[in-house]
Amino acid sequence: MKKILSGNEAIARGAMEAGVHIATAYPGTPSTEILETIAKKFPRIHAEWTPNEKVALEVAAGASYAGARVIAVMKHVGVNVAADPLLTLPYTYIRGGLVLVSADDPELFSSQNEQDNRNYARFAKIPMLEPSSSQEAKDFTIEAFEISEEFGTPVMVRTTTRISHSLCIVEVGDIKDQATPTLEKHSAQWVMLPAIARVRHPIIEERMQRLKVFSNTHKYNVMEMNNTSIGIISSGVAYQYAKEVLPDASFLKLGLSYPLPDKMIREFASKVDELWVVEELDPFIEQEVKALGITCHGKDHLPMCGELTPDIVRNAILNTKDEESVQYNLPARPPNMCPGCPHRGILWALKRNKCFIAGDIGCYTLGFLPPLEAIDTCLCMGAGINHAHGISKALGPGKAKIAAVIGDSTFFHSGLTGLLNLAYNNGTALVVILDNRTTAMTGAQDHPGTGITLEGDHTIDIDMETLVRSLGIEWVETIDPYDLKDARKMVKKALEHKGPAVIISSAPCVLLKSRKVSGIPLKIDIDKCNGCKVCLGLGCPAIEFRDGKAFITEVCSGCGMCKDLCAFDAIGGTV
Amino acid sequence: MNILMAGVGGQGIILASDILAQVMLIYGYDVKKSEIHGMAQRGGSVMSHIRFSDKVFSPIISKAQCDILVSSEEVETARYLDFLKPDARVIVNRYRLSPPSVALGVDEYPDISDLILEKTSHVCFIDGNDIARSLSNQRVVNTILLGVLSTLLEPDESIWEECFQTMLKGRIRDVNIRAFKAGRAAKAN
Repeated sequence: MKKILSGNEAIARGAMEAGVHIATAYPGTPSTEILETIAKKFPRIHAEWTPNEKVALEVAAGASYAGARVIAVMKHVGVNVAADPLLTLPYTYIRGGLVLVSADDPELFSSQNEQDNRNYARFAKIPMLEPSSSQEAKDFTIEAFEISEEFGTPVMVRTTTRISHSLCIVEVGDIKDQATPTLEKHSAQWVMLPAIARVRHPIIEERMQRLKVFSNTHKYNVMEMNNTSIGIISSGVAYQYAKEVLPDASFLKLGLSYPLPDKMIREFASKVDELWVVEELDPFIEQEVKALGITCHGKDHLPMCGELTPDIVRNAILNTKDEESVQYNLPARPPNMCPGCPHRGILWALKRNKCFIAGDIGCYTLGFLPPLEAIDTCLCMGAGINHAHGISKALGPGKAKIAAVIGDSTFFHSGLTGLLNLAYNNGTALVVILDNRTTAMTGAQDHPGTGITLEGDHTIDIDMETLVRSLGIEWVETIDPYDLKDARKMVKKALEHKGPAVIISSAPCVLLKSRKVSGIPLKIDIDKCNGCKVCLGLGCPAIEFRDGKAFITEVCSGCGMCKDLCAFDAIGGTV
Repeated sequence: MNILMAGVGGQGIILASDILAQVMLIYGYDVKKSEIHGMAQRGGSVMSHIRFSDKVFSPIISKAQCDILVSSEEVETARYLDFLKPDARVIVNRYRLSPPSVALGVDEYPDISDLILEKTSHVCFIDGNDIARSLSNQRVVNTILLGVLSTLLEPDESIWEECFQTMLKGRIRDVNIRAFKAGRAAKAN
C-alpha cells in the first residue's frame, strides 16, 4: 500500500516493520515527530521521552543488551550530549539491533549550529546510512537493524531537516515480530574496564574493515551510469538536487555512506570524465575520495555552509548564474514569543532590574529580539546557569546583576548539574526557572514535571521547589509572571540576597489552554492612550502602534500584562 | 507542477498542503512536499513547497520554476516572487498581519500588488478572512484558498472531498469541506 509520509513518519514506520521493541528520545527539531509517530501509531513499541539524549542512548544500550531491537532518536546537537556513551558503545557487544537516528539541521532552521554529524560515524567507528527520500528513510531504518545485528555494532541513520520534514510517497511493507528479550551475562564484552576495552578496540578496527568490503557490494550503494562526461557522487537530499538539475549525468548514489565503498568509488571515477562530490556541509565524502588519490570537484565550487538547493548545485556544476533577483526590502517576520506567553513577563522584570541575562535553549531565546532584547547569551542546553556563574565569579561579588533563565524541560535536561555547581561553589548569580510545564519549543512534549509519559500514562510530577532546595539552594521563591509588579519586586529581592537564589516563574505555556489568560482580546481606549509606547516594550505580537496610539489586534490572548503597565488606564477588558 | 504555499505560522498552511499532496497521490502523480515547521507556531514566515509530476526528485522548487503561488498574507506573497515562472498564477488572500517592525511603527506595511503585477498578470485576490468569518471559523482561511487553487488543477472535486473525508474528522471536517466549496465558489465569482 502507498502512503504519503514525512521522513520522520517513515523512520517510525521502518522501526515498526523491523520489530523494534523500545524507542527513546529527547525532543529536538527536526527529529521530534519520530517518537511522536511511534507513540501514536505503533503502541506495540514502548516509547519514552528521556530527560536528555545521553539517557536515551544509554537506555537504548540496556535494551539492546537484553536482546531487544531499539532505536534512539535525537537532533544533531543531541548526539553531542550522547557522545560519551556513543564513543564506547561500539566496544561493547550489541545484542539486539541498536539504531541511532541523528537528525541534522543544515541552514540552522531551528538550531544553534549546523554541525555535520556524519563525522560522528567516522569518530565512533560505526556504519551510517543516509536516506534521500521517505521511502529510503523507512527501508534504510530496517536495513540498519540488520547491519547492527549482523556486525554487532550500533548503526547510525543520518537525516537532515529536508529529509525529516519532506513528504514523499512510501510503499509500506510487512511488520516483523518482535524478538523476545532475555537476560544474559556478557561481562567480558559489557564491562569496559581498561583491560577489557583494550581487547575490544582491535575488534572494532577489524569490523570496520569487514564493513568496508560489505559497503562495496551493498544494495544501497548504486552506480547509475548515463552520460559519462559528468559523474556525481552524492548522498542524502543532495542526491535529489543533483538528479533534478542533471538528470542525464552518471551517479554513484551512496546509501551506506560510511564506511565508504572504496572499490566502487575507484571504478566509478575511472568511468567518468569529470568527477564531482555533491554533499551538504562538510567535505565528508570528498576528503575520502581525495585520500584515495582521486581528483574531484566539490567544495571548491559548492558551499560549506547552509543547505544546498537545486539552484546552488546547478550553478556550481554547470557554471551558470541565477538571474539577478530584485531586492524588495520587505519587513522581516521572525518567529516571536506568542501573545500571552508567560516568559514575556519575567524577562521584562529582569530587564527592568538591569540584569545581564544568560539565556538557554527554548522559546525564551526569542526574547533576544527587539524590543525586549532580554537575552545576552545562548550556547547549548543547560549552559545559561554556568555562564551566569562564570561571569559572576570572574567579576567578583556585588559587581553586576547577573541572572540566568532556563526552561523547565531544559533544566531537567542539563540544568541540574549547573545549579548544583552554583550552590556547591558558593555562587551568587540569580537563576530563574521558566516553569511552563512542557517542552514548548518543539511543540509541547511531556517531561518529568508534567505527570504524564509519552504513552499517556500517569507518572511522577516533580515539584520544582523541592528539587531546587535539594540541590542546596536555600533562597527559592515561586512567582506568577503575569503579575508584573510582583515579578519585578521579587527579582530585586533575589538580587539583593547574598548567596545563590532561584526564582521559579510558574505559569503554563499559553498554547496549552492556559487558565491564566481569558482568551478575550483587550481593547485600548484611544482617548486615554497618549502614545507613550510603554506597552509596546513588551514586544507582544498583539500590540501595534497605529496613528500615534497603541492598538490591540485580534490575536490578543487577554493576559493583561500590558494593562498592568499602562499608567493611563487606557487598556480595558476582561483579564 | 510546482506550487508554493506561503503565509504566517499558525494559519494552517501545513494542513492545507498535506491535503493537496494527498489529492495528488490519489490522482496518480509522484508527489513531494517540503516545508520548515520548527518555528511554525511562533508567528514566523512559513512556506511549503508542493511538487507533483510523473517523477519528482528535489522536494524543493528551483528559482523561476513555480507555477502557482498561494499566499494567505499579503507581504508573505512578495517574499517568494523570484520563484515564479513568467506566466505563473498567484492567489493572494487580502489580509495584512503586521510584522514586528510594522507593529512597532518603525516600517510601513508595503503595498505588494504592483510588485506581483511586475512578475505576472495572473493574480487573483481573495477575501479569505471575510469568507472564513461567514463560516464562523477563522482557521479555515487556507482551506478556502485550497478551494480556489483546486479550480486550476486537474483532479475533480470528488477526489478532494474524499481526502477531506479520510484526513479529517467530525466538525473540523465539515467546516473544512464548507470552506473548500466556498473557495471554489469565490473563484467562480
